[in-house]
Amino acid sequence: MSLLTSLARLRAIERGRAQPIATVRHCHLSARPMVFIPLKLSGEAAAPLAAMLGTDPGEPRLLAVTQPRNRDLRFAWAGELAGALLPYVTGFMGETETVERRNADPYERALDAPQLIVPNRAGVAFTRLLGRSTRFRRTDGPFPVPEGVPLLGRWLTYFAERAAYPGSSLMPAATDELGRHWASGQSALEDANLAALLAWITEGPDDAAEDPLIWPPAGPATDPGFDAEVLAPAMESGSAERITEALRTQLEPTWRLVWRAIGLLRELTPGASVAQRWEHDRASYSGMSAQLAEGAPPQARRDGAVAAAARLARMERAQAAYEVQRAYDDPLVMAEYRLTGEAFAGEVVDTAPDHTEGEGRSRKLRPLVTVKTDDLVRIAPGSALGTPQRRGQGAELVSARDGLVTLKITKGMGRGRTPAPGAVPEVGERVCYSSLTDDFQGAAALPEPEETPWTHGGPPRPYEPTDEDAREEWS
Amino acid sequence: MTHPGAGPGAGPGAEPEPTPEEVVRRVLDDLPRHRGVVVDSPPGAGKSTLVVRAAAHLAATGEPLMIVAQTNEQVDDLVARICDKHPRLTVGRLSAGGYVPPRRMLELPGVTVGTRVQDLGDPDVVIATADKWAWISGRTWPWAIVDEAYQMRSDKLLRIAGLFERALFVGDPGQLDPFSIVDGDRWSGLSWDPLQSAVSVLLRHNPDLPVHRLPVSWRLPASAAPVVSRAFYPFTGFRSGTGPGDRRLELVTGGMGTVHDRALEEAARSGWALLELPNRHTVRTDAEAVEAVALLAARLLQRGAVAGSEQGERPVTAGRIAVGAAHRDQVAAIRNAGLPPEITVDTANRLQGREYDVTIVLHPLSGRRDATAFHLESGRLCVLASRHRHACVVVARAGIAELLDAHPSAEPVQLGVPVKFPDGWEANQAVLDHLAAHRVQA
Amino acid sequence: MNRLDALRGTTPPKPHDARAIAALAANPGCSRRALMDGAGIDKEALARHLGHPAPFGQSPFAITRGNAFEALVKADGCAELIRMLRELLGLPIDEVAYHDVENVGAHLRHTHTRALIDRAARGEGTGTVYDHPLFTLAIAGHTAYLEPDVVAFQLGGRFHIVEIKSFAVVDGQADPAAVAAAARQAAVYVLALRTLLEELGHDPLRVAHDVVLVCPENFANRPVATLVDVRRQLAVLRRQLARMTSLDRLLAALPEDVTFDLEPDDDGRPARPVAELADAVRATEARYAPECLSTCDLCFFCRDEARQEGASDLLGRDVRDALGGVASVREALALADGSRAPERGQEEIARLLRGAERLRRECLA
Repeated sequence: MSLLTSLARLRAIERGRAQPIATVRHCHLSARPMVFIPLKLSGEAAAPLAAMLGTDPGEPRLLAVTQPRNRDLRFAWAGELAGALLPYVTGFMGETETVERRNADPYERALDAPQLIVPNRAGVAFTRLLGRSTRFRRTDGPFPVPEGVPLLGRWLTYFAERAAYPGSSLMPAATDELGRHWASGQSALEDANLAALLAWITEGPDDAAEDPLIWPPAGPATDPGFDAEVLAPAMESGSAERITEALRTQLEPTWRLVWRAIGLLRELTPGASVAQRWEHDRASYSGMSAQLAEGAPPQARRDGAVAAAARLARMERAQAAYEVQRAYDDPLVMAEYRLTGEAFAGEVVDTAPDHTEGEGRSRKLRPLVTVKTDDLVRIAPGSALGTPQRRGQGAELVSARDGLVTLKITKGMGRGRTPAPGAVPEVGERVCYSSLTDDFQGAAALPEPEETPWTHGGPPRPYEPTDEDAREEWS
Repeated sequence: MTHPGAGPGAGPGAEPEPTPEEVVRRVLDDLPRHRGVVVDSPPGAGKSTLVVRAAAHLAATGEPLMIVAQTNEQVDDLVARICDKHPRLTVGRLSAGGYVPPRRMLELPGVTVGTRVQDLGDPDVVIATADKWAWISGRTWPWAIVDEAYQMRSDKLLRIAGLFERALFVGDPGQLDPFSIVDGDRWSGLSWDPLQSAVSVLLRHNPDLPVHRLPVSWRLPASAAPVVSRAFYPFTGFRSGTGPGDRRLELVTGGMGTVHDRALEEAARSGWALLELPNRHTVRTDAEAVEAVALLAARLLQRGAVAGSEQGERPVTAGRIAVGAAHRDQVAAIRNAGLPPEITVDTANRLQGREYDVTIVLHPLSGRRDATAFHLESGRLCVLASRHRHACVVVARAGIAELLDAHPSAEPVQLGVPVKFPDGWEANQAVLDHLAAHRVQA
Repeated sequence: MNRLDALRGTTPPKPHDARAIAALAANPGCSRRALMDGAGIDKEALARHLGHPAPFGQSPFAITRGNAFEALVKADGCAELIRMLRELLGLPIDEVAYHDVENVGAHLRHTHTRALIDRAARGEGTGTVYDHPLFTLAIAGHTAYLEPDVVAFQLGGRFHIVEIKSFAVVDGQADPAAVAAAARQAAVYVLALRTLLEELGHDPLRVAHDVVLVCPENFANRPVATLVDVRRQLAVLRRQLARMTSLDRLLAALPEDVTFDLEPDDDGRPARPVAELADAVRATEARYAPECLSTCDLCFFCRDEARQEGASDLLGRDVRDALGGVASVREALALADGSRAPERGQEEIARLLRGAERLRRECLA
């Protein structure tokens, strides 16, 4: 945690309210998100108990497994969930745009994409397991499951994997997103409790948030007291209605909390790069839809050597880009880099807009800018700089001493002899420069999976779905 | 560190310790017999010498060879060493577009520099960083040497392993493991986990490959080799190539009895010193500790230290001194404290593979109240404590023993992931125990 | 009466089980916890009486599931377990017997365990899976009785501890925190069995440091066995047990009359005035960290104390370290807004905090 955030947390304790640590919203919020709150049966890896879901805060839909130990009811529940989720999830491919690509055929990209919002990270993890336990099933053959279940499994797997992808907003956890924008006066561990975190942001800290009788856990694990005193007797009674109503009491408070969280996030202005990251999400979603349409097999249990390396490269690239974009979009995030000396802000006190380097044909326009700053600058001369004010430009630090930083603009000046109007900051303008730049090398190619080298185990056997997979016990 | 007990000579009752020359010969003999050969090299055990020798040996067969290193500095260094030892070998240095070769390289006979393999002619040896090799395709080499293979992530090896038929992997298992800015838990337990080192993945898929170990550190003095060996290489020890009296460090001018002088005198006498500041919790850039580090460096130069060794006598100039710390902000603070620019000041990460006469180390746990996995990582302390030929002065606040004592043990355990040794806690404790005997209190 | 027993007073001691011993390493820097563990105090009862009951509970479903899984693994003389051990450890097919130590009755179990293990270590008899053995381990002068799930013995002359857990292994991966807890607990059994072998004059290293972890695989009830190397956990455990013998220093610093006695009435219900007990507990120094919320029964009491003190510990170990030596929230904020001049040694953190405050103000203006 940065010192800036630590200070915000200290201030939150003093004031009894969470403090902002972002000035803009860094996640995309769909106009019509689907809130998804799953519950699981204690002691089991992925036995669903219930889920509350829907796109309208006034109309939660409750799906309950009325006899959680019954395997058939569990699949029936998965079938119901498929019926409730799939129309929403697959419904965005209707409106698309054609995107041209270099070295590849153009493709259709959905204009909007589904967004599943879960209460917390454990909800994401459980979604992944739900996906894992259903995607290999089949609707035909010796062990048929209800229509839609295998497809549901593949989508849930997709969403959970995408949630691990830095900067993606396809499946955000409410606690994570709130925690990126507000610092509470409690520890990061306690922030995982949605009720507690929201209380800090709204009315102020409240120990009731930790009282399962007042605020039931936001799932997927249920309160052991509820299990013992309410759910177990209800299950014994055999009354489906009693079980369903019991589960509703555990889900409804969280339902309200998640919508409240969405409301709070909606009040923030989206950051400048949010749309660009959502575009990646839309492209990824469209790619997944296309794969399914082409009849691709279910996602593998684990990544093969090549798939793992490819995914790692994509995730690292996305993580680096996400960090840079957040800082460029949000002065309060950039302030963290200013505090560590990796960025500085201040007023332009001198410029040499017509400064050039080189002679004759190789003569290039390299305007000089001197900035007066109160920030402690720890960037070595010669380092590349970028600036949120002129994102297309690149600069280089020339010197930094006594609160005066001189830099020269090295990229984005065009070919003219004099700079275009506004291209060079004017004396008196407030500017910010950082050594954090969005200047990445693409990753080199990986071998085809069937050419996996001997150092990594050689070519893997291609995955063939089997009956064994389809009938895997779910007990 | 990833395969304790592996390799010849591990464990008690094994055959008598081979000499370094015997090890090198066995390595060279093994090369044609196996698809891959691994050589573990503790700090300063002649890794580069081995690489150069193996390169000449393989080139002598008439078959082309590719060499993979991890950084441009390492590549340039190997090019210089190969040309120096084997001037008749032709060497092609592949580089990325933005690379500016040092002038000395362009003056070397037989060296060509280019961004494409086609530009290099047909040299005996082609050498580049792993990142650059990843962009090469359409040709294979019968032989490869992969240097610093423990610091290379296995996904990098995956990108280049198709370029060679057989390879020699050389590296130091005790230094820092590769890392990522993203969470890699989803791959843990997989034999091809992309975040594991190239050697770990190689050996998990090819457990029968021979693993040799260079048994003698030529860098570390007799005062340091046993300490570093015990703390960081508990299963595969090594010894120093020089005896107790072979390395000397003399301070020419007299001291004034300050704590800094006394710490330097202790280091000159015994090879180690711990300058212990009063116990206090501080921020990372502890001003007193930073000042102490800077003063030690300045005094070392002022007192005209002279290093005497098997290589003769030479003054310990600023270029022969390094200052190491755990964090970048600490490095920045130390640099700002006014050290001569010729003194290297850097993080453990960037000091890997380098060598100095005297090192001054800001202890990663100094001034802290709690340790994190980052601060306890054994490779970090190993790098910092094994860069010197003569002496190492550690600066730390008192209280590290209490910190270690109070450290909670709750590391998560992933199934199917081999346990790494040594444990960072144990390694830190071992080094601290040793330093206690060389303590100078401020 | 020794000082530790006096701390507990008339309240019966809470016996240490493997789980409790494994938890000794959860926060070794906490004097409060060290004293309570050393004195065998029932922290859970204490916390409840203090009005800050621990937030830990176990669902009946989880308990049922755990028991059902263990029964499945052990059914028919551990048939399923023996099958897995054969595969995992290469046990010879015909020569594995099953021996339930519990059959002899509780009071004889430890003696019987000793005799059986001694015989096995002498190479008499065939390979055997021992169920319900009873081991002992000395903890701060008290004998703790430990009941591992089962111990497997291989003909190769090595013992393996088997740990049966009901969390799932899905596609080769399990919850790392759950595996770590199982490994710490298994290490306690490894140490106890090694101690026993040593007492009997055998080589303690015949107990493997690889324990066999048996869990349900994927979403089914079918068990899967995995070897887990517990050498690190063993090293930590040895350290913690050694520390338990050095409680004298903590005891010496404690006022003479401090006791955590709950003063149970005739029905065993705590009758001690709560305020008095709370004062006694406060006489010992806690080292609260948010991690305590998942590892210590006293966590809510200590968190409440930290809140009242306005301690920056509340925000976590990383925040506390980032603040250097500044322990109080109010002090840190005063340094940040400049209303308090830094003391000697605080200049650095004051400068950083003032810088952070300046930036926050600038960006939020």
